[in-house]
Amino acid sequence: MEDIKILSARFGKIKPDSVEEYINAGGYEGLKKAVTMQQEEIIEEMKKSNLYGRGGAAYPTGIKWEQAYAVKKDPKYLVCNADEGEPGTFKDKRILAEDPLLLIEGMTIGAYIMGAKEGYIYIRGEYSAIQRIVKSAIENAKKAGYLGTNILGKGFDFDLHVVSGAGAYVCGENTALVESLEGKQGRPRQKPPYVKNCGLFQMPTILNNVETYSCIPCIVNVGGERYSSFGTEFSGGTKLLCLSGNVVNRGVYEIPYGLTIREIIYNLGGGVKDGKKLKFVHLGGSSGSCLPESLLDTRICYDDLKKNGLSLGSGAVLVVDDSNCVVDYLKAVMEFFEEESCGKCTPCREGNQRLLELLEKLSQGRGTLADIEKMKSIAQTMKMTSFCGLGQSAPTALVTLLKYFENEFIEHTAGKCANGKCSMNSKGVN
Amino acid sequence: MEKVVGVLQKYGCAKENLIQIMLELQKLSGNNCLPKDWVAKVAETLELPLSKVYGVITFYSMFHTEPTGKYFIEVCKSGPCHIAGAENVLHMLEKELGIKPGETTPDGCFTLTKSSCFGACDIAPAIKIGEKVFGNLTKDKLKEIISSCREGL
Ligand SMILES: Cc1cc2nc3c(=O)[nH]c(=O)nc-3n(C[C@H](O)[C@H](O)[C@H](O)COP(=O)(O)O)c2cc1C
Ligand code: SF4
Ligand code: FES
Repeated sequence: MEDIKILSARFGKIKPDSVEEYINAGGYEGLKKAVTMQQEEIIEEMKKSNLYGRGGAAYPTGIKWEQAYAVKKDPKYLVCNADEGEPGTFKDKRILAEDPLLLIEGMTIGAYIMGAKEGYIYIRGEYSAIQRIVKSAIENAKKAGYLGTNILGKGFDFDLHVVSGAGAYVCGENTALVESLEGKQGRPRQKPPYVKNCGLFQMPTILNNVETYSCIPCIVNVGGERYSSFGTEFSGGTKLLCLSGNVVNRGVYEIPYGLTIREIIYNLGGGVKDGKKLKFVHLGGSSGSCLPESLLDTRICYDDLKKNGLSLGSGAVLVVDDSNCVVDYLKAVMEFFEEESCGKCTPCREGNQRLLELLEKLSQGRGTLADIEKMKSIAQTMKMTSFCGLGQSAPTALVTLLKYFENEFIEHTAGKCANGKCSMNSKGVN
Repeated sequence: MEKVVGVLQKYGCAKENLIQIMLELQKLSGNNCLPKDWVAKVAETLELPLSKVYGVITFYSMFHTEPTGKYFIEVCKSGPCHIAGAENVLHMLEKELGIKPGETTPDGCFTLTKSSCFGACDIAPAIKIGEKVFGNLTKDKLKEIISSCREGL
């Protein structure tokens, strides 16, 4: 396994807000090279890099930037999505806390390309201590001439602001985030118009995830082709994965695309904890799909995942061992969505509640086979008709667990929870 | 009210800074909440209807309209913490503090709440007290944390 560290190379090794230490550890080479290049040239390298957005939706960043570059309207804003609310995800936190100048450098290259003068880093309110580190890094970058006016003496200006979220998962959705940046309730907007044409303050807005921006300096530095070669044919570069759950070594790992899920859990993660057996993996956070043992040899690569009906989402890899119950686990997942639904549209507002009620019923041994069918139908409606990604993806875990573990649900209708997690056992109901 | 005017000025009395203003005011309030007269002052200065301002405050889970305990304890109940035993952590805290989620101890020291994931899943089960995160929690560790809070009062 080739050990390539692009994003995590400096984690824990430098004072995170020190421009000097950042530069001594190889920082700002990307920006220095970028300002000697034509804007279109950089975008070309990004397209060659096969970089896909790291925030969850996996849209090709080079194409997104090419489209944004073509928009003829001023001013343009650059926005970084550091809302990181997807359960099981804690990678952006590491970049923000341990190498924020990498993100700042990536955004500054973006500003150079787009001609943006202002940028915003929207950081979730729960990371308030980390917000101070990022603010300090911004101040230091300004003092050192890497941000602010006349950057690197090249006559371009770019200023960055840290804006805090205040506790709302839906604000990670890009239009809701823009609403929140404007000081409003974070409810998603109708699309189109897309933020690239009409985003923050109705102006063209380039919005990317923390990790996505942080890949740009390296792409400029080594070139798109070389960057792409670190990964697979269609998924360029490296990815930060967040390993959590019943696994020996939890944490953030930078991997080249192409490793299998099994290699990640057993080689990097040291396998399932306490000698237990793996039951399923929840990939991509609570909004992602669950996969059984039989799919562990799937490679982390957008095409291979897609072929198996999976997606990488934010990069969360949650390992769940066989002492857990699918119904009990799903209750925790659906509670999250029920709590975080913004309530704007009916399928999501009502659907999450109904699914939670039905799961509760199952966990008490009062559920029926008809309830399982009802859940499938609600899930389908939510997926098809919800207004934004939250409601569309909320039932994904349910649908995939039903696909692979339907028997366990059926057992619950007979009053049996083999793992003793559901309340019917402890209360002796049924 | 001086504090409110100061914060409003710091943020240029701009509507788009409403959330930032409220976060800062809540921190300055001393009891982790937004008093009615402060909210009214902000609404008036930013020329926003009071209903709109409350709409924003109630939308975001971090804002409180009633005082909370000095130690605001959030127990994460999302997937990764759940399978690591978040339910037990919550029960232990309920027992130790003698309150249910959403309640504050009569002496005003502790408020207990359930929360969504705050990115500490690698040390699940985790809780947050104010800005501080505690993870890999066991019964003994929780007892220790609570008693050091009590000593710090
Ligand atoms: C409900 C919801 C929550 C989201 N949360 C996040 C988040 O916390 N961070 C993030 O980068 N993207 C999040 N996204 C995806 C963003 O909408 C958007 O696709 C992404 O930030 C674009 O950046 P990228 O192309 O660099 O990934 C979320 C999407 C939805 C629907
Ligand atoms: S899907 Fe859910 S979160 Fe999205 S707009 Fe509808 S209610 Fe709000
Ligand atoms: S699931 Fe509890 S901190 Fe992430």
